[in-house]
Amino acid sequence: MTYFIDRRANAKNKSAVNRQRFLDRYRTHIKRSVEEAVNRRSITDMERGEKVSIPTRDISEPVFQHGPGGKRTIVSPGNKEFVEGDRLRRPSGGGGGEGAGEGGASNQGEGMDEFAFSLTREEFLDFVFDGLELPHLERKALKDLDEVKPVRAGVTRDGVPARINIVRSMREAYARRIAMRAPIRRALREAQEALEEEERKDPVLRNPSRIAELKAEIERLEKRLEAVPFIDTYDLRYNNLINQPQPSSKAVMFCVMDVSGSMTQAHKDIAKRFFLLLYLFLERNYEKVELVFVRHHTAAKEVDEEEFFYSRETGGTIVSSALTLVDEIITRRYPPSQWNLYVAQASDGDNWDDDSVNCRERLMKSLMPRLQYYTYVEITPHAHQALWEEYETVAAEFPDRFAMRQIVEAGDIYPVFRELFKRRAAH
Amino acid sequence: MTRRKPIATGSDWNFEILEAYERELSRLADEYRLDTYPNQIEIITTEQMMDAYASVGMPVGYHHWSFGKQFLAVEQAYRRGQMGLAYELVINSDPCIAYLMEENTLMMQVLVMAHACYGHNSFFKGNYLFRTWTDASSIVDYLVFARRYVAECEERHGVTAVEQLLDACHALQNYGVDRYKRPSPISAEEEVRRQAEREEYLQAQVNTLWRTIPGRPQADALPGSLDSEEDPLGLHAGGRYPPEPQENLLYFLEKNAPLLAPWQREIVRIVRKLAQYFYPQRQTQVMNEGWASFWHYTLMNRLYDEGLVDEGLMLEFLQSHTAVVSQPGFDSPFYSGINPYALGFAMFSDIKRMCENPTDEDREWFPDTAGSDWLEAVHFAMRNFKDESFIQQFLSPKVMRDLKLFSIVDDDQEEMLEVTAIHDERGYRRIREALAQQYALSLREPNIQVFEANIRGNRSLTLHHVQDSRRPMGRSVYPVIRHLHQLWGFPVRLESLSEDGTVARRYQWPLPDEEGKE
Repeated sequence: MTYFIDRRANAKNKSAVNRQRFLDRYRTHIKRSVEEAVNRRSITDMERGEKVSIPTRDISEPVFQHGPGGKRTIVSPGNKEFVEGDRLRRPSGGGGGEGAGEGGASNQGEGMDEFAFSLTREEFLDFVFDGLELPHLERKALKDLDEVKPVRAGVTRDGVPARINIVRSMREAYARRIAMRAPIRRALREAQEALEEEERKDPVLRNPSRIAELKAEIERLEKRLEAVPFIDTYDLRYNNLINQPQPSSKAVMFCVMDVSGSMTQAHKDIAKRFFLLLYLFLERNYEKVELVFVRHHTAAKEVDEEEFFYSRETGGTIVSSALTLVDEIITRRYPPSQWNLYVAQASDGDNWDDDSVNCRERLMKSLMPRLQYYTYVEITPHAHQALWEEYETVAAEFPDRFAMRQIVEAGDIYPVFRELFKRRAAH
Repeated sequence: MTRRKPIATGSDWNFEILEAYERELSRLADEYRLDTYPNQIEIITTEQMMDAYASVGMPVGYHHWSFGKQFLAVEQAYRRGQMGLAYELVINSDPCIAYLMEENTLMMQVLVMAHACYGHNSFFKGNYLFRTWTDASSIVDYLVFARRYVAECEERHGVTAVEQLLDACHALQNYGVDRYKRPSPISAEEEVRRQAEREEYLQAQVNTLWRTIPGRPQADALPGSLDSEEDPLGLHAGGRYPPEPQENLLYFLEKNAPLLAPWQREIVRIVRKLAQYFYPQRQTQVMNEGWASFWHYTLMNRLYDEGLVDEGLMLEFLQSHTAVVSQPGFDSPFYSGINPYALGFAMFSDIKRMCENPTDEDREWFPDTAGSDWLEAVHFAMRNFKDESFIQQFLSPKVMRDLKLFSIVDDDQEEMLEVTAIHDERGYRRIREALAQQYALSLREPNIQVFEANIRGNRSLTLHHVQDSRRPMGRSVYPVIRHLHQLWGFPVRLESLSEDGTVARRYQWPLPDEEGKE
């Protein structure tokens, strides 16, 4: 006896729990690999998973085994030239063919001292952003409830045909049919019993008019029984959708970068990696993240991604031009009541002498009160200039929402990023 | 020759075609008297197959990180193309569950049905080890019970506590089997019903063992115990516990470890029961795979002879079959030990050959088998042996010649390796003996037994390892006795005895300097 079962539609992730347990257990190992990967990766591919290796000895499951030594006899196939009594040199370093006597326990792929496996993109990013959080996410979420989202909310009696709940409707119809038919059935049964009783009587004693009456009654009841509708508009039930107010889950990220002559391609690469990390991080926290690229030298301009990172410009630097443009764009397109606003600025620290004060003014007066978070990274190995100093006063004013760090080389990006978004104890 | 009317051509399949082939296979299997459990054939996807692989072939299992590790390894190997999945996965249960992967070709599906649903299935039902040690009808229920119990423990005592306990049990699971007495069949309902009862009972037992009221002094004082001058009241003269060495370490711990909580004992029991269930499989690799390969080969050829499959399918089959039963030589880069499929297939085919076309050599070596009814002979071999005894009994000079077997002695007291036997008249018996030993589970794993639990003194536990051919313990011994120490709760000592009975090496946990004694 044999039967076939098609299980293809069943859940496929039976091992998900075990996989997760494994990842949790070797968290520290995996994190180390991930950190290395983040710094090594080319700037465009944060989007895929990562191969991780762990030394096999760290994850072995020990069992009692024979060690090397002693006297053992090994039978092998494929003899070509040996005859009994031949003496051979021991193969050195276990690289030889005869090494398989180890209790039969060699798992496939000999000589592997690294246990390698792949993380999915999600798992990879989980590790990248493990322990990080967006500051002030909750403040925004509670305040703005003008977004709505339709959610299911039980069933109702009226609605549009597209939302009929068939199961519930049929159940209602069935219940109604039982309820409506029961009294008719009962009357019918009584009439039939009376009729039978009448017919069982001696023909002499029968009452023909009574019989005719009963027959008419039965016919009438049967008709009524049939007339009970199979389904009635009264039975119909509809899936109900209501609009539920949603915390605003949209974010916009402004990437602001100095493209004046002093910013080399290396500087831009570093900036791009930083922006990318921030973007991925925002993407995990918000359903929708929009990007706005603003670049500036003496004048600021909104551009697309390609132009932002790769076109070359020369000239001096006026940072406040970019801040003014960001301010305008916010006012025009991204009302703070609906959008979570993030600004990330990268620069080498150069600015027109008198302009840094304007920047501070602009930030303090109009930008900071509307923003979720402002990060400034200065990519320079040199000493700070006026801009950094002015920004320090802003940071002192808005310690929770304004962060600034210095990056010297690519290896600093991830540590700086982690530091900026480290989960803080609730105040 | 009849004209071919194949049931299907090409490599695509659907359920009707599979059912038609299954019917034909079933008819042929009946002809060959293959007695099987009902088959439950499940069609699954690649991902599901990887899941199934990762849970070492258990259809449901409790959660543990080691299965996750297994899964990642399988996934990685599969992605890199190092491993074809798919050949087959079959579970010793009633009904017998076999998996077919959806992306296999028609040939593969028919082959796997023949191999798993008739080959392995009849082996599970017929072989004496499986009949004695496993209960196919209750295993799935038991696994469900185990999974639920472990999950409950995780909820109650935390995932980490359960995980550490399972780690320790897994390290000892090869020492959780009874080798000589039949365990009572395991059944899920009974397990649940008796479990509460057992908890109390067990705990009471343990308490009795550890009670401090002295028992009756016994006459046979131990060599290790204090002599009467030091101990005039005879407080230490209670005899050794356990009186006989115990080889089932997990059983001993489950019943006697002083500090384990009832739920921990139950988990030790679960690991032990599952180890017992897999015990026959570890002892019959060559036979089991050989038997299944022998039958898929025979059945596929019958299908072809009857015109039910076309030439294309047959060629594809032969290619796949040849790859499965190939045996690279010891010096080949593809060599990774003796291929159980190759050896088993060669041996079963050879039994058939010596029945049908016996040579003088066969008559001399196998007077009972040569020239007898081959079907009877292979069934007899399948039913009554395990790898070790099967090789001892049936490995013929012809197979040794075909595989060009030779044996080498590696003795660490000699500078050179020595070839002690090759496939010639003088060597046949020695090679056969050596190969059988190679498959003897009792020699593959170190022989370790519980020697003494010091129930009157410091509660330490002493194990004995009896060396075989001076082979020492591997480096993993410390992590394992550490796990053992976690379960036992008091110092654990392992004494490695050389063949003359003297202690060659001692291992102990906690390490002596940490403990500050000895």
